[in-house]
Amino acid sequence: MFDHAQAAVEAALAAGATYADGRYVEARDEQIEVLNGMVEQLDRNEAAGVGVRALIGSSWGFFGTHDLSPAALRAAGTRATEIAKASAVVPGKPAPLADVPVVQAEYETPHSEAPLEVPLAEKVDLLMAVTAAMQEVKQIRLARASLGAWDTHKWFVSSQGHRIHQHLVETGGGYDATAVGEGETHRRSFPQSFGQFETGGFEVVRRWDFLGNAPRIAEEAAALLDAAACPEGEMTLILEPSQLALQIHESVGHAIELDRILGWEAAFAGTSHLELPKLGTHRYGSELMNITADATLGGALGTFGFDDEGTPAQRVPIVDRGRWVGVLSGRDSAAIAGLPPGGMVRGDGYARLPMVRMTNVGLLPGDATLEEMIAETERGVFMSTNRSWSIDDKRLNFQFGCEIGWEIKNGKLGRLVKNPTYTGITPRFWAQLDMLGGEKEWVHWGTPNCGKGQPMQVAHTGHSASPGRFAEVRVGVKG
Amino acid sequence: MTDPRQAADRLIEIVGKRAEAEATVAVGRLELTRFANSFIHQNVGEEYVNVRLRVSAGGRVATVTGNRGDDAALAKLAESALTVAATQPVDEDWPGLTAPVAIAPADFSHPSTNDAVPAQRAAAVKAFVDAGSGLSAAGFCDTDSFETAFANSADHRAAARGSRATIDGIHQTGESAGSAHQTSNAFADLDGAAAGALAADRARRGMHAFDLKPGEYEVVLAPEPVATIAVFLDFYGFNGKALNEGQSFVELGAGQFDPRITIVDDPMGPGALGEAYDSEGTPKQSTMLVDAGTTKTVVHDRRSARRAGTKTTGHAWAMSGSLGPLAGHVVVEPGPNAVDDMIAAVERGVYVATFNYCRILDPKSQVVTGLTRNGTFMIENGAITGAITNLRFTQSFVKALGPGNILGVGNDLRYADSEFGQGVVRAPSLHLASWNFTGGAAG
Repeated sequence: MFDHAQAAVEAALAAGATYADGRYVEARDEQIEVLNGMVEQLDRNEAAGVGVRALIGSSWGFFGTHDLSPAALRAAGTRATEIAKASAVVPGKPAPLADVPVVQAEYETPHSEAPLEVPLAEKVDLLMAVTAAMQEVKQIRLARASLGAWDTHKWFVSSQGHRIHQHLVETGGGYDATAVGEGETHRRSFPQSFGQFETGGFEVVRRWDFLGNAPRIAEEAAALLDAAACPEGEMTLILEPSQLALQIHESVGHAIELDRILGWEAAFAGTSHLELPKLGTHRYGSELMNITADATLGGALGTFGFDDEGTPAQRVPIVDRGRWVGVLSGRDSAAIAGLPPGGMVRGDGYARLPMVRMTNVGLLPGDATLEEMIAETERGVFMSTNRSWSIDDKRLNFQFGCEIGWEIKNGKLGRLVKNPTYTGITPRFWAQLDMLGGEKEWVHWGTPNCGKGQPMQVAHTGHSASPGRFAEVRVGVKG
Repeated sequence: MTDPRQAADRLIEIVGKRAEAEATVAVGRLELTRFANSFIHQNVGEEYVNVRLRVSAGGRVATVTGNRGDDAALAKLAESALTVAATQPVDEDWPGLTAPVAIAPADFSHPSTNDAVPAQRAAAVKAFVDAGSGLSAAGFCDTDSFETAFANSADHRAAARGSRATIDGIHQTGESAGSAHQTSNAFADLDGAAAGALAADRARRGMHAFDLKPGEYEVVLAPEPVATIAVFLDFYGFNGKALNEGQSFVELGAGQFDPRITIVDDPMGPGALGEAYDSEGTPKQSTMLVDAGTTKTVVHDRRSARRAGTKTTGHAWAMSGSLGPLAGHVVVEPGPNAVDDMIAAVERGVYVATFNYCRILDPKSQVVTGLTRNGTFMIENGAITGAITNLRFTQSFVKALGPGNILGVGNDLRYADSEFGQGVVRAPSLHLASWNFTGGAAG
């Protein structure tokens, strides 16, 4: 299988590239969605092809092809080099690639139950049962449940001698109940918005108690129809772990991408409020804030053996007791910044250019419990499960909406509140982190829909989090 | 190179009488040149084949996709679809296949796009960059050229060709940015220098920005933010599945919008990129969504139409089973007003060039939060008097276009980047009486 990628790389070099690498990718996935007891979507997808990168001076070219004939693979390599030559019409400064170990290796996601081998009937039965359980609650108009699985083989070769085969397995799913009222809708999801996904086999799905939580989720959605409005003003905010995971993703994960910091995403995804000269000194948050980017974390969605440049997966400190100390990088961006390459470059399938992507950017646990946080809060709101997210192009000004909230008064959880929202400015918000949940409440949440790049690419990323408490946050923003 | 018509026919032939079957095949080449810090940093190309087969064996439905058009791959795909379908419960809402209907072979492609080479895209990028001397440019120029075919076991056949080319970018001063966007089916229509000059002008005028106190302001929105509003109305509202499920704001026949607002899905009209049929083989046609403020219809695929007791409008796409049918060629009809005249009519308000990172808080009320970006300006006494730092808003998009809130409709209709992909919406500028800014740069 290495031969497909090797043929393209050799053609790129023959056409004049000074460096080339190629990936032959075979990807299969399955997506099932059941709505109100009916299979709404059952898709199985297969794709295979080669993507080849060619470098001449500071100019890159990339070409992807589904055609695995020898002639087509050679043409793809040649085309990548031609594109690199065209890039030189508007050249950048000379940019060497940072050195990485040249390895020949194998990696496979640890898993016990290959998800695509589990009978479809069993999966559909589970989803049917979940939606039926939610539909027992009369106010539920939409009961939706889904499962997804990806099985991906990658063979990577480079002109420097890399030969790496990886077999990655990712599985997950979730469900939601929607109650529709007069001029409003309310949704509750489990285990989180868009479901929970991890590296591993179907055992991931079995680990979460899908059926057991369905009645509670439906009842909460129905109860939101009669809930009070979220209070407005500045008060204490406690975030449930999956919402905190998305907060990390948006206000830390994207901000620490070195390509954004260098301006490479300025026109689309945006840049970052972080400035490289302040690496090591910039105060990102409170002393409780310890963030790592850890692609070696067992079971987390952003875990792999090697990135798509052949760099080994690694654990990189990002924020140390509130101080910014690390970035997400690849071989080219790291060389420009004078930093060690982080092994964080991945492409979405064979036909997309690998770029800096989050691995598992997570907040290390503290030593409190959710119970203690509530007990020590005089006035505030506890919010759970993301419903909307928006943040500016520098990853500073954000506003999140959650599915559900509860008022906190005098150390006790009070009435249910609907449409809870909060807003803030990234470093100010993280500086207000004053209590953090411990290891028992720490979960490796997965985000299966991180969009970035042009043409658009979707990445799977992980974000470990426990519950967190933040002081004096503006909540209850209304439209 | 895969012939999409042959591949679609072959899939139907392989499935034979074992199931109802519907095949779509797209073959094309997408190339995109990306630049940042005023140099080309990413430059990519792809030859693609997208094969999709949906089968219904006695109402047991499955969909499979692949990316190879050779006979062995098609046979494997067909067997996979049949195997998966056999395990499924009967789909009571299976709407059946599209009956044969004449669709003339359509060619919306342009040779200048089909034949574009990397050096031409690089030249367009260079013109954009050079138009902003002393500034830092970022953006992309791409070309997409494709051929599609449809076949089903009810003996319906269709085929079409199309193309799209876009240049989109910003210039940055270090403290401000300005954007520009052009899309056409013809690469030859793109003018990198003009786009670059507009972006540079906006960037320079955006310098020395100040923080405006959040609140309700009169606004003039450029075509980009109007396109974003249109996309949200489309995806969450004019979506037959969303209406069936009680999640849409739409009330058919009601005057939900200002009488100056007319919105149509127009895939074949002048300036359209063109799409002859949808993924179920239903012919495309112009669909009036809002006529002079009155909501007229929502769009349907065969499934949502069946559930609604009506006919498909030809808006099926690959994900419509899950996300619902979508209008993909939305036009917010232009009006009589020049942009300068709309600005001149504002005593105190805000001009917005683009929105950023908009997300819906509730689909039924269409309350959306997002930010301004790449050009936000203060209007005082009929003239732009200075730049404003980016603002956050929390605003119902239905109410924004609601009765009485439209003070002017621009005559500057063009393709506008809607934040969710190019070539989807054509929109003019709009002058609105009120817009709810809920936060500034400082929070």
